[in-house]
Amino acid sequence: MEQPKEKLKLGVYWAASCGGCDISMLEIGEKILTVDSLADIVLWPCIADFKYKDVRAYPDKYIDVMFFNGAIRNSEAEEIAHLLRAKSKILIAYGSCSYEGGIPALANFYSKQEIFDRAYHESQSTVNADRIEPKTKHTENGYELYLPEFWETVRMLSDIVDVDYFIPGCPPAEKTTWSAIEALVSGNLPPTGSIIGAGNKSVCDECPRERKETKIKRFKRPHEYVAPDPDQCLLEQGIICLGPATRSGCEARCIDSGMPCRGCYGPCADVYDQGAKMISAIGSVLESEDGEEIQRVIDEIMDPAGLFYRFSMSHSYLLRRRLVGAKEEMK
Amino acid sequence: MEETNEKLVKLTIDGIETEARKGETILQVAERLHIDIPTLCHYRFVKPYGACRICSVEVTIRGKSRFVPACSYQVRDGIEVQTRSEEVIQHRKMLLELMMARHSQVEVVRKLAHEYGVDTTRFEEMPSEGCILCGLCVRVCSEVVGANALTFVKRGTDRYVSTPFEGKADTCIACGACAYVCPTNYIKVEDIRDRKYVFSELSLGPTTPIHIPFAAAIPGIPVIDSHACIHMQTGECGICSKVCEPDAINYEMQDTFEEVDVGSIILATGYKTFDPARAEQYGYGRFDNVITSLEFEHLSHASGPTGGAFVKADGSEPKSVAILHCIGSRDKNYNEYCSRVCCMYSLKIAHLIREKVPDADIYELYIDMRCPGSGYEEFYNRLLEEGVHFIRGKGVEVSQMPTLATTTPAASNSKLYVKCEDTLLGMPRELPVDMVILSVGLEPAEDAEEVARIFKINAKGDGFFMERHPKLAPVDTLSDGIFIAGCAQGPKDIPDSVAQGAAAAAAAVSLIDAGEVALEPITSVVDEDVCTGCKTCLVVCPYGAITRDEEKGVAVINDALCKACGCCVAACPSGAISQRGFDDTQIEAELAALLMS
Repeated sequence: MEQPKEKLKLGVYWAASCGGCDISMLEIGEKILTVDSLADIVLWPCIADFKYKDVRAYPDKYIDVMFFNGAIRNSEAEEIAHLLRAKSKILIAYGSCSYEGGIPALANFYSKQEIFDRAYHESQSTVNADRIEPKTKHTENGYELYLPEFWETVRMLSDIVDVDYFIPGCPPAEKTTWSAIEALVSGNLPPTGSIIGAGNKSVCDECPRERKETKIKRFKRPHEYVAPDPDQCLLEQGIICLGPATRSGCEARCIDSGMPCRGCYGPCADVYDQGAKMISAIGSVLESEDGEEIQRVIDEIMDPAGLFYRFSMSHSYLLRRRLVGAKEEMK
Repeated sequence: MEETNEKLVKLTIDGIETEARKGETILQVAERLHIDIPTLCHYRFVKPYGACRICSVEVTIRGKSRFVPACSYQVRDGIEVQTRSEEVIQHRKMLLELMMARHSQVEVVRKLAHEYGVDTTRFEEMPSEGCILCGLCVRVCSEVVGANALTFVKRGTDRYVSTPFEGKADTCIACGACAYVCPTNYIKVEDIRDRKYVFSELSLGPTTPIHIPFAAAIPGIPVIDSHACIHMQTGECGICSKVCEPDAINYEMQDTFEEVDVGSIILATGYKTFDPARAEQYGYGRFDNVITSLEFEHLSHASGPTGGAFVKADGSEPKSVAILHCIGSRDKNYNEYCSRVCCMYSLKIAHLIREKVPDADIYELYIDMRCPGSGYEEFYNRLLEEGVHFIRGKGVEVSQMPTLATTTPAASNSKLYVKCEDTLLGMPRELPVDMVILSVGLEPAEDAEEVARIFKINAKGDGFFMERHPKLAPVDTLSDGIFIAGCAQGPKDIPDSVAQGAAAAAAAVSLIDAGEVALEPITSVVDEDVCTGCKTCLVVCPYGAITRDEEKGVAVINDALCKACGCCVAACPSGAISQRGFDDTQIEAELAALLMS
């Protein structure tokens, strides 16, 4: 790879994230050494100690490329998103959570209070006789302690700040990460707002399985398909695979292992709401035309919201479950 | 010419000088000269056997004469053959007298013996059961059929024909060749199961594997049923090709599939008749004299199995016949619709029976007489005048024993009893009749569902193909360029079928004549950069307008067939298909505008 005139300044940040994205950056293997020779790391909380005050001290647009992973869950993430936007030339939403809400955004099916009740009171492993819940401010021995405020709704990075590029995946596959880095280093970039590192088509394009023209009679849950036909389309076998509605680029790695696609690369190029598209597609290929039978088949789909919107709640027409009586914080 | 001459031999038969090819038998040469030599164990398609010796002739060669069997003796140069000399006649007489000792009851032997003036025998009589041990059956089964299902058992006077080890012959293919060649009709083929089949839809009498499908078949040439043809099953036989002088028999011919590019298609795939075995109460399949209307047609036809004689299963003439309407039609248990044609053909059947058996009692058991159409009502009136009994009430059951206490059992125990409710008399009745004809209704053809799927047209609830509009577009379907005609669309009689067929042809011609078609402006369009060819849209398109370009691996929409219904747009999981003028951003903008206000 061609050496840029000046070493790039690279940052990686995590918001509401599991840490998998940080690890996935290392999945590129020995190529990380190439990255090291091309760029200086100026922020990466996962692997080195950086303080927010250090970042604040950087001049604006100091960071060349900022990989931001994780969704916006609380006031801290939101604040840092604004900060990093100001300090970065190119801000990238890296991974499903920052691109489209990801797993954390499934919390949007609940209210903040329901989440607190579950996490701090109801869960089987919790003993909390004093009913203590996180507060934004606490005074202890005359000292004031602050915690970020927990938002009602999880949002994706682009809801908060302008994002230059998106890299999908939970986490992004090695090939996706590397081709995005190559594009960034070479400067051969598409218009801002584009997806980089992934394909334009759906996962079916990379899937080796064969799709016939059959319709679906019934759906199977994971424990019901011990050994699906290795050559036939999983969806045709009644196993709900989000591959047809999911952007390509992962090289169908889940399907290759016999597991259906869960849709982590988000919708294809021309689609906004991935879950709605998949529901619409599945509804179109049910074999039965009898109302009762159709209802029975549909009832076989457990947790449809979680299944079809596993990664894309923030990038959907749904956004969240309607809050009754709660203050409207959505913009 | 030299070569050919070498192979010819000169001989004299009964004083006639003739030439013959080397290897020919005396019998073959005699046949050519129309000289009659009696035979019993000879059949042209099996090798000569010389068992009966009745064909013995006197051959004189170089002054010496002796008796030889004409069927197996190959001609030689310079022989003189006497087929009717005094010695020969004496010789045959002796043979016949010996035969009469065992087979005096066999007609063919007795007749032949009588021709030779032999009516009694001087030998001890040991009557056989009818087999003259000519061995034709054994040889045909082995040489022609190749099944080897028959064999001789024991020797001398104990000899008889049986199956190998006298068990059930697994190799028998039930071809009936043994019975066919048997000169004494001792061997008979009996169907031990049920009925004998002519065609798949009819069940009257056997036929040969090579046959003309039916009397008025077009083209009127024979076909070979490959499942029944001995040659195609065992590789033997081949007799039809041996006897066919123009050498037109071709066993190698295979079914071929041909693709034809066309602009429009007319589906006239017809119907099938209701299978009355589904309605057990009518006894079809249980009682020999319960037949369907189509079987009656076959039976009464001049080229049918009885030459047009209307007879019962035992060959006797029926004196009373009941014709039961609406079998499988207008019945919630089977088909709710009226089959439209049965009333009229039932009247025709009654008329034909009246012609063939003028004094027969004919009953028509009907729900309503439906006789709309040119001359139909008049025909009904004619039948009333012909003395046919019309009973308004559906026949509900056919039995061999009377079931109503009021019924007087008939003297003959071969009667069938048809139960019905006579709605005009207001009482249940039971008619003792000789024969029952079931006027079976019309049903969608066996493969209607598959045909509908292939051509992407819809079927109605009853299974017949659906027209685009029942009144205004009766030959069109929802797929442009595909038209329907005849009973494929629903039961109808011949005039209606012909009219609809002509209408469908005109509709197809109007498309061809115009040469161009008007397209919907808002058809769906595929973004080939996004489409992965996952085939979801192929399943949902109700018009068959989408195909998959296997080379590019993308869906292709045929603008001429697309009706802009949008099913594929909704179904496309990757969002590659959008509808012109209705893409997602446009709809989102519409919604946003609506919701904002």
